[in-house]
Amino acid sequence: MSARTLFEKVWSAHEVVPETPEAPAVLYVDLHLVHEVTSPQAFSVLRERALPVRRPDRTLATMDHSTPTQSDQVFGRAPIRVDAAAQQVRQLERNAAEFGVELFALTDERRGIVHVIGPELGVTQPGATIVCGDSHTSTHGAFGALAFGIGSTEVGHVLATQCLLQRKPKTLAVEVEGALRPGVTAKDLILAIIGRLGVSGGTGHVIEYRGSTIRALSMDERMTVCNMSIEAGARAGMIAPDETTFAYLADRPRAPRGAARDEALARWRALGSDAGARFDARLDLDAAALEPMITYGTNPGMVVPITGAVPGADGDAVHRKALEYMGFHPGEAMIGKPVDVVFIGSCTNGRLEDLEAAARILKGRRVAKGVQLLIVPGSQRVKQQAEASGIADVLRAAGADWRESGCSMCLGMNGDTVARGAYAVSTSNRNFEGRQGVGARTLLASPLTAAAAAVTGRIADPREMI
Amino acid sequence: MQAFTRLRSRTAVIDSTNVDTDQIIPARFLTTTTKEGLGRQLFADWRYLPDGSPNPSFVLNDPRYRDVQILVAGRNFGCGSSREHAPWALVDFGIRAVISTEIADIFRSNALKNGLLPVVVDEAHARWLIEHPGAEVEIDLMTRTLSLPDGERVEFAIEPFARHCLLHGVDELGFLLSQRAAIERYEAARPW
Ligand code: SF4
Repeated sequence: MSARTLFEKVWSAHEVVPETPEAPAVLYVDLHLVHEVTSPQAFSVLRERALPVRRPDRTLATMDHSTPTQSDQVFGRAPIRVDAAAQQVRQLERNAAEFGVELFALTDERRGIVHVIGPELGVTQPGATIVCGDSHTSTHGAFGALAFGIGSTEVGHVLATQCLLQRKPKTLAVEVEGALRPGVTAKDLILAIIGRLGVSGGTGHVIEYRGSTIRALSMDERMTVCNMSIEAGARAGMIAPDETTFAYLADRPRAPRGAARDEALARWRALGSDAGARFDARLDLDAAALEPMITYGTNPGMVVPITGAVPGADGDAVHRKALEYMGFHPGEAMIGKPVDVVFIGSCTNGRLEDLEAAARILKGRRVAKGVQLLIVPGSQRVKQQAEASGIADVLRAAGADWRESGCSMCLGMNGDTVARGAYAVSTSNRNFEGRQGVGARTLLASPLTAAAAAVTGRIADPREMI
Repeated sequence: MQAFTRLRSRTAVIDSTNVDTDQIIPARFLTTTTKEGLGRQLFADWRYLPDGSPNPSFVLNDPRYRDVQILVAGRNFGCGSSREHAPWALVDFGIRAVISTEIADIFRSNALKNGLLPVVVDEAHARWLIEHPGAEVEIDLMTRTLSLPDGERVEFAIEPFARHCLLHGVDELGFLLSQRAAIERYEAARPW
């Protein structure tokens, strides 16, 4: 057989019916993750057509997008402040019960952001197909899974048939070589990649991140990279599974054990792209040349090294409009710009290593006067781990507002929002107009850069503080 | 799903690239559990001023464009979040087709499932359309052509199966359900 890519191996193993010129492939889904915001309409379709969920055992539901992060609202000591959110939470409880789907309800200690809990539980596995009504499903590709976001209609398709109709995408190899320098993180790497590809450079493609830099990343870091594939327009990003992946999965509650693990390992080890496998496109990057990155505009491709300046508009009306929205002028240095809010969390940077990174800077320091530092762990398990290891104490001692897990200020559905005109340095993934609140101005950066901003009240180079 | 065969309408133009789904329908309106009624919140943060009144400079508030069914926009329309609320909001407002040089993957897939036709044209034709807001054009899905006011016919590509579903107003779920035997065979044959 000719040399195949990781993507091709996973794709072909899940073809129930291969694609033809007339019809897309029927693709089997191994794991379907469900959350409260994009599922209600899908369950309604099932109800209208009197259909059951075909494979409840391959379906897992959690609550994250609109859920409160204040303990009293999570644990029922106070009503959920956002009424419509409360309704969605109740609706998902009803749907899960009626259709026999396992649900990590609001008070469940396994609950969290859907893309954080899948890996944590060990249900995210190499070679699997994973979908969710959420574009950052690409996160799970860090394990060598083919994972992508779908719409609510497709959520209904998967609930009813465990399958999707899909055209085979193209492949894009992103080859990264060299060692990241101290203070330069996986977040900076992916921001730099998006800066190079542009926000639609990956459209129609599945990215495979390759090279020595990627091999050297931890699983938490690989997830940060794959998470933002969609920000370059790619529906999925993948990394070949290796010993780092297998070690991560070794003691996860739902990963295979014993003989099943040996059998799985044999399968997983064969997944990597064969030597000589062909990709439709390729991008090369030198990791050693990277600096911490930060966005200055209203999409994640509008990004510069932190020591850089706001680029000129060059007569581009869209660029000009973005700078106007941000209140920035061409030529201004990024360092020194004042900051009102710092958000550390999200499925991009809400895992334990991200909180540890923030703590490295926050330890023994205080949040600057007038700055709000909101830290929202990606899952209840991350929260509990951070509390057990003392990290949470460091963060709180610095003046952070430490919350229950959820998407929170990443998209501001639950009431955690940034005020109109205020500047937020955020470890999340989207700096779109209004993403974090109407009129909010978001600058995307790593947890190190975010923590440095919290302490100084300004955009600051984290390398000078570690 | 409403069938789509042919559509004649004037266009409204949003001359912006990378119009993301957070603009099409901001997250705070995703707390609905139905598909209906989202048209009121379409482009909410561009369409309404902070005091809630209509922003007179936003195209869809201009009485001349209130009943257009075709939207023309810059490259990479619909990027970002996978929320199907974006096509729901557009369709609820009355938009039945979006024309751009590039339409983001998940948005395109969602649009096709809701009777909203994504039409991708080349740079030159997109430029012409952007520079001529209000132009009356016709989209014929049968022949896969977009007809401009001067009679020029521009062909566009569309995935054949999605086209079939749109032309007949049927959804993909029926087809997937009909694959049951194949799905069962696949499940039975899988060693893991
Ligand atoms: S944290 Fe943000 S990006 Fe991630 S799933 Fe939640 S809303 Fe989406």
